[in-house]
Amino acid sequence: MVDNNQLLRFTTAGSVDDGKSTLIGRLLYDSKSIFEDQLEAIETTSKKKGHEGVDLALFTDGLRDEREQGITIDVAYRYFTTPKRKFIIADTPGHIQYTRNMVTGASTANAAIILVDARHGVIEQTKRHAFIASLLQIPHVIVCINKMDLVDYSEEAYNEVISQFEEFSSKLLVKDIRFIPISALLGDNVVNRSKNMDWYQGAPLLHTLETMHISSDINKVDARFPVQTVLRPQSDEFRDYRGYAGRMASGVLRKGDEITVMPSGFTSKIKSIDIFSGEVEEAFAPMSVSITLEDDIDISRGDMIVRSNNKPEAQQDIEVMLCWLNNSPAKPRAKYTIKHTSNEQKAMIKEVLYKIDINTLNRSSDDTDMAMNDISKVRIRTTKPLMVDPYRENRTTGSIILIDDATNETVAAGMVV
Amino acid sequence: MSKYYLNYLDELESEAIFVLREVWAQFQNPVILFSGGKDSIVVTHLARKAFYPSKIPFALMHVDTGHNFPETIKFRDDLIDSLGVQLIVGSVQESIDQGRVAEEKGKNATRNALQITTLLDAIESNRVDCAIGGGRRDEEKARAKERFFSHRDDFGQWDPKNQRPELWNLFNGQQFEGEHFRVFPISNWTEMDVWNYIKRENIQIPSLYFAHEREVVWRSNSWIPNSEFLKLDEGEEVVTKKIRFRTLGDITITGGIESDADTVEKIAQEVSAMRQTERGNRSDDKRSETAMEDRKKQGYF
Repeated sequence: MVDNNQLLRFTTAGSVDDGKSTLIGRLLYDSKSIFEDQLEAIETTSKKKGHEGVDLALFTDGLRDEREQGITIDVAYRYFTTPKRKFIIADTPGHIQYTRNMVTGASTANAAIILVDARHGVIEQTKRHAFIASLLQIPHVIVCINKMDLVDYSEEAYNEVISQFEEFSSKLLVKDIRFIPISALLGDNVVNRSKNMDWYQGAPLLHTLETMHISSDINKVDARFPVQTVLRPQSDEFRDYRGYAGRMASGVLRKGDEITVMPSGFTSKIKSIDIFSGEVEEAFAPMSVSITLEDDIDISRGDMIVRSNNKPEAQQDIEVMLCWLNNSPAKPRAKYTIKHTSNEQKAMIKEVLYKIDINTLNRSSDDTDMAMNDISKVRIRTTKPLMVDPYRENRTTGSIILIDDATNETVAAGMVV
Repeated sequence: MSKYYLNYLDELESEAIFVLREVWAQFQNPVILFSGGKDSIVVTHLARKAFYPSKIPFALMHVDTGHNFPETIKFRDDLIDSLGVQLIVGSVQESIDQGRVAEEKGKNATRNALQITTLLDAIESNRVDCAIGGGRRDEEKARAKERFFSHRDDFGQWDPKNQRPELWNLFNGQQFEGEHFRVFPISNWTEMDVWNYIKRENIQIPSLYFAHEREVVWRSNSWIPNSEFLKLDEGEEVVTKKIRFRTLGDITITGGIESDADTVEKIAQEVSAMRQTERGNRSDDKRSETAMEDRKKQGYF
């Protein structure tokens, strides 16, 4: 049994042609994560469709429509484990009309795999994927230069893609970018080191994923504890127990810490941090705990417990990068429900500052309509203050969604600037 | 828990607890769908942890096909007693008696599909606005696309192509009257994770999961338990084998595997070496390539 190993969530964006499904199929197949009955099912379907050999890509297509059309239309989650780590793949489609799915998959990822066809080099789609990874602040980006077998495993072709990529990625905010030359179809540098590319000194993809340092991806500095619910057992044993239940969004809280409750501003000290098995000395992200305080103060869902010497900003006018997710476009000055951690308020989009063309990264302030898949910088006004941090510092307290009360649908996702 | 990071089981546990607390905060009348299987037992265990030192603030709902393993029912009743929570039973037999559904006919008839009506009736008559399930995304291809908070319309139907986007940990449980949600706190767990967790937490599970001697019949590539509901076909023969079950469902369709694994340790070991998915022994999934998706659209678990 594997113990003490970590969970790594990564996202893959790509289209039918760049070999994304084949790459995932290869990772799962070579790491022995595909079961015999699944393989049999894929073999049967491959034969029915008249494909030669087994089409590993079929493994990642789930819904009836997707299988019929041979495309991925939604985010699908895949799982595999190696002796070193457990992995969750958010597999998303790569075409521009699926930007919202890519954003969804990217929102929880530690790492992004961007596929580039070695024959074609960096294309618009590559830039789009890199931009989304940067916008969603995915800490690690791995550019897999695929189909190396079709360019005679040429180091020159590999270097050409790197220089193309670096030319525009200098404008993006990605901390860690790596490049790996692979052939997903033949398995070069996916799980096993390629014998065809001696010039490549780096690790194969799986080894890179297994060893990448992810412990520092979570903000360890700013202690933020959004209260989800209050636990009041009312039993004889716990008559006066009043625990604030939630999950640490970032940072560390310890027993005895001086805390402030936002937005009320009341202060107290942490009396205990409890989990089912007993008390713990400290809580850090992403632990789910129950916190009790020395003083009896009024705290409810939506409030945030923070360290008194390090508070987020309580804001009512918030600038966010907003990705529109819904079929019906944004209505000017319409009211939406805004969700931020456990807090829920009403909000209005006051102003669209500019829209980003995600292929060129150009800003346009003339076209301020927001339709599905558009990404714009907007100013939002909320009825009550939200305790926000900039998204680039804190992915949990820097993110919001908008819900249309007329349909109850989640219509937009935003990152606090 | 040193160095300020969690190992993967702690992280999965924390995520599930977070989801369960969101359910409690966002819904008026949630229930846990309890089948007596390991996944719903793990969800119930997680709910205990999520609300401790309070009791689990939800009822458990069991859809009873009438074709049960007696062990499952005893296990269910003991657990309810020890937790001190309410049990709601939706009975497929009652649905049949009331004419809401008709028994399937033919050789492979089961009550599997009939459960959908009973489940939806129980949800409606108990005014349940959220049913928490033990579904996992690794189980089946349609489930791989399932959200943590999964919307059902007022006919209880799932619309897989029109799901609400789910970003970060911001779950949208807003709904109109008559609609409900299915919530899956262990979406990100695999079968292996569940077994490792059961082992680590020393969670009690029904004896059916452990290798035991049982009368069985070889049918559709697995050992179907002999029971009063089983009709033998020509050429079929009841034999006694040492078997265990990887999943628990209706006794007429849940196939066992030959095994000597009689402890959780041995089961975890056996599972890690398995070359077949756990639902590979469920004849309900074998009816067509999209059997699960089709049932889920109608309101299945």
